[in-house]
Amino acid sequence: MSATQESSANTAAGAGKFGDWLFFNLTRLFAALTLILLAGIIVSLVVGSWESIQKFGLSFIWRQDWNPPMEEFGALIPIYGTLVTSLIALVIAVPVSFGIALFLTELSPVWLRRPLGTAIELLAAVPSIVYGMWGLMVFAPIFAEYVQPLLAGTLGRVPLLGALFAGPGLGIGLLAAGIILAIMIIPFIASVMRDVFDVTPAMLKESAYGIGSTTWEVVWNVVLPYTKVGVIGGIMLGLGRALGETMAVTFIIGNTNFLSTISLYAPGNSITSVLANEFGEATPGIYTGALIELGLILFLITLAVLVSSKLLLLRLAKHEGTKT
Amino acid sequence: MLIRTLRNAGIAAISLLAMSAANAADVTGAGASFPAPIYAKWADAYQKATGNRINYQSIGSGGGIKQITAKTVDFGASDMPLTAQVLDKDGLMQFPTVIGGVVPVVNLAGVKPGELKLTGAVLADIYIGKIVKWNDKAIADLNPGVALPASDIGVVRRADGSGTTFIFTNYLSKVSPEWKTKVGEGTAVQWPVGLGGKGNEGVSAFVQRLPGSIGYVEYAYAKQNKLTHAIMKNASGNFVAPDDLTFKAAAAHADWTKSNFAEILTEQTGKDAWPLTGATFILMHKVQDKPAQGAEVLKFFEWSYKNGAKMAEDLDYVSLPESLVKLIGTSWANVKDASGKPVFTGK
Repeated sequence: MSATQESSANTAAGAGKFGDWLFFNLTRLFAALTLILLAGIIVSLVVGSWESIQKFGLSFIWRQDWNPPMEEFGALIPIYGTLVTSLIALVIAVPVSFGIALFLTELSPVWLRRPLGTAIELLAAVPSIVYGMWGLMVFAPIFAEYVQPLLAGTLGRVPLLGALFAGPGLGIGLLAAGIILAIMIIPFIASVMRDVFDVTPAMLKESAYGIGSTTWEVVWNVVLPYTKVGVIGGIMLGLGRALGETMAVTFIIGNTNFLSTISLYAPGNSITSVLANEFGEATPGIYTGALIELGLILFLITLAVLVSSKLLLLRLAKHEGTKT
Repeated sequence: MLIRTLRNAGIAAISLLAMSAANAADVTGAGASFPAPIYAKWADAYQKATGNRINYQSIGSGGGIKQITAKTVDFGASDMPLTAQVLDKDGLMQFPTVIGGVVPVVNLAGVKPGELKLTGAVLADIYIGKIVKWNDKAIADLNPGVALPASDIGVVRRADGSGTTFIFTNYLSKVSPEWKTKVGEGTAVQWPVGLGGKGNEGVSAFVQRLPGSIGYVEYAYAKQNKLTHAIMKNASGNFVAPDDLTFKAAAAHADWTKSNFAEILTEQTGKDAWPLTGATFILMHKVQDKPAQGAEVLKFFEWSYKNGAKMAEDLDYVSLPESLVKLIGTSWANVKDASGKPVFTGK
């Protein structure tokens, strides 16, 4: 009797152990799968672009040509377009998102928080092609008619900075694409910021208020330092989306391979817009290879952004250690 | 009750799946987006007439070439004919299906459709950036009596790679040596000037919004949207308007007997020929791994040549001349199975 009990307990324990083993290996497999997939993507990108890598080497990165009939390719203009539009998007989106998150967590009346928060999350669910069409058909004409002359008349007169707002305002171009991107990434950054602001312990905030801090001082000196990892994570999420955004940018960036001016009014090209425009009709060979190499470069840029954000967080953590 | 309904539905779905799997003659094609509407229409009518299904995926000419080379589809489609050299390398053959044209469109206050006259040389100079004003002497000399403004010409072109751009740049390369050396021809080129619109609709959106602009779109698109088109001087020195007759005239003058149908119909001689005409092509392997599929593709196109001319015209494509269809029929003897027997013998 007792023997049978013991053995059944043993099998139960055995089954439990087996379950644990299975679970451990299954999750390990899933984790490994991501890495294998990642390696697979890199390998296939490199193989696909080999012809182009061989012909142009590193000079691919700073060549300005994009000439399919003559088979001369360079990535400078798409790289420039991708970086500039994403930078514009961040410059606009980060302060705005910070404001939204601040308002939602600290200042807004309680009854407004939920509907407003939901509305912002809904914005994140709008498909990018809708932003693109709206940008081209509604935003661009208004932008060209009212906003661009205004910017040219004010910021355009500032020395040095003025060159960014020179030239004819067509409504489409790098600046317009950057603004559309900003609108697209604001909901992402704002909702992450709101969520992390919300987890700041009430006791910390109350103590700060208790010693007479203003709302701004509480947010700047208590909430932000406490949540900086989450905030930077949210910004990186937004940046990642901005770098990889395709449809909306293709609609509004102007799709032009020139780099004769630093004006943000000028039409340009991003890595993703070149791919979206030309991949379908590209002939096999070096043309396709050059397009795939663009994809590889975008992959590396995203990787660099991720790595540098991790390094930034590490440095922040180290500074904290030395202070206390 | 509900369970029984569900079960019946399940059985019905399974038998349906089994049926479609049994129908081995289902064929798949992929490629050019320009002829996609007519292929879809033909496929639909063909299925109604014969019960056989043709799936066509509009993924772009480049994609079509890649897919047929990799043998993932039964036929590929391209707006740009392949050279004999490339065809031989990949063991492919090609034949044209329908003809279309490219039309320059403008936005000039007071200028009606078909009023503005242009030559190839002037068009090339506009797109190269040498002619920048509408009242330039070169344009004014062609258009006495037309009120041309002193404004800048806004040049609009396709941003995405496209067969339309191929026909347009091929034409400019033929009429302008400078264009040929500086820019060249292709589905996408390095444009010296201008603004890029995505698709025909993108180009026409820019042209309609920017006064003083010029662009180029497919004929069907210009016609259906009533855009202000220009008329062009052809190789015989006549000014012609774009329509099905002038496209047919261009096709009739081409010599199709040589060079694997790799015939580009731009700048053809013939007094009525529209200079910006082009055919679209089907690509197939000369040696078919699956002869039944190959035969079905050819059967579909034979049926379409015979019964599809009206459908093509409804969609503003131009069907091929009778003589050319015959010639294509003969060329199909080159599509063989592994043992060297033609897969399709006409009936």
